[in-house]
Amino acid sequence: MATFHFDLVSPEKLAFSGEVDQVDVPGLEGDFGVLAGHAPVVAAVRPGILTVTSGGTHQKIIVLGGLAEMSDQGLTVLADVATSIEELDRARFADKISEMEAKLSEKEGSALDHAIERLDHYKSIQNQLNTTALH
Amino acid sequence: MASLKDMRVRIASTKATQKITKAMQMVAASKLRRAQNAAEAARPYAEKMDAVISNIASAAASSPGAPVLLAGTGNDQVHLLLVCTGERGLSGAFNSSIVRLARERALALMNQGKQVKFFCVGRKGYDQLRRTFEKQIIEHIELRSVRQLAFVNAEDIAKKVIARFEAGEFDICTLFYSRFKSVIAQIPTAQQIIPLVVEAPAANAGPATSYEYEPEEDEILTGLLPRNLAVQIFRALLENNASFYGAQMSAMDNATRNAGEMIRKQTLIYNRTRQAMITKELIEIISGAEAI
Repeated sequence: MATFHFDLVSPEKLAFSGEVDQVDVPGLEGDFGVLAGHAPVVAAVRPGILTVTSGGTHQKIIVLGGLAEMSDQGLTVLADVATSIEELDRARFADKISEMEAKLSEKEGSALDHAIERLDHYKSIQNQLNTTALH
Repeated sequence: MASLKDMRVRIASTKATQKITKAMQMVAASKLRRAQNAAEAARPYAEKMDAVISNIASAAASSPGAPVLLAGTGNDQVHLLLVCTGERGLSGAFNSSIVRLARERALALMNQGKQVKFFCVGRKGYDQLRRTFEKQIIEHIELRSVRQLAFVNAEDIAKKVIARFEAGEFDICTLFYSRFKSVIAQIPTAQQIIPLVVEAPAANAGPATSYEYEPEEDEILTGLLPRNLAVQIFRALLENNASFYGAQMSAMDNATRNAGEMIRKQTLIYNRTRQAMITKELIEIISGAEAI
């Protein structure tokens, strides 16, 4: 299977760099998978779980928004925050969600819509985390 | 003339000072290494961001519906100077050289009849600018309690700047910080961040890849521009941090050397005085013995 180069960078560090088979990116307008030779695309990324497949192993990384760019040189994801699932502090993540819920009442108009949308993304990440934890 | 005991005390205290500056130099050196690593770790993100943004923005800048963060308000009456300095002193000319650059810029702009406002990041710059521009400082942030600079810190600053920009408080924003060139060279730098200056893509780069955009181009751009602002500020803060420790290291190195020089001179004077006294006492004893 053909591989391609994938970089996952956050402002604080280079979170992942290497040759991979497939990357599933949580796009703002729906998840999409990227294989070698994908058409050049620039897509906004929503908070979600990004899956990297290389050599039959899957690695799940939580990204909190950002941008994905596919070009001849490979795929680059500029993530606001990138944490691998093992490193994530679940208690803190839950705290963050409740904090966001508390702040909802202060907002109005399009900011409210935006905050609700973001909260939904966070909750769906938490959901996925909890369901995978049962297995 | 100081007594021998006074001189001994003075030499001892100079030695103690030398030990302190020596320790500070070594602490700065190890912190510098960490700061440099942090600055390097942030580089790939900033570079990729630059590449993507210049790709999208060069096409969008000329279109009428371009976002104001990119196209500007069309005015240049009110300038905001975002001055990033350190939280601590004892670092040679580090803080004052940034402040000097900002002050010169401010005076030049005011001579042209423009209005200037300040946004200070870091305590030292605020203290220095407050003396001359007290009323023009609209906000200041201290990062003193921050142990490790995180992207969130830069994001907070960017949010405040954007909120003020959207409220129409200024037209042009320039960022002042010290670029880290090497341990002995830190260059105070001014960089315009609002409206964004997009470098024209190099002519020999070949035809730009035609991307598909998801969602639409301008939607991505509106989300990207504030983020880019935060990235630029983050980069400036990291560069500043590295510069600060570099400046502190060389300042403390100088201080240690000066202290060494001082100790040498003081010891020389001390020994001369001591010998002179011994000689004097000997003469007194000998002439006393001769008299008998």
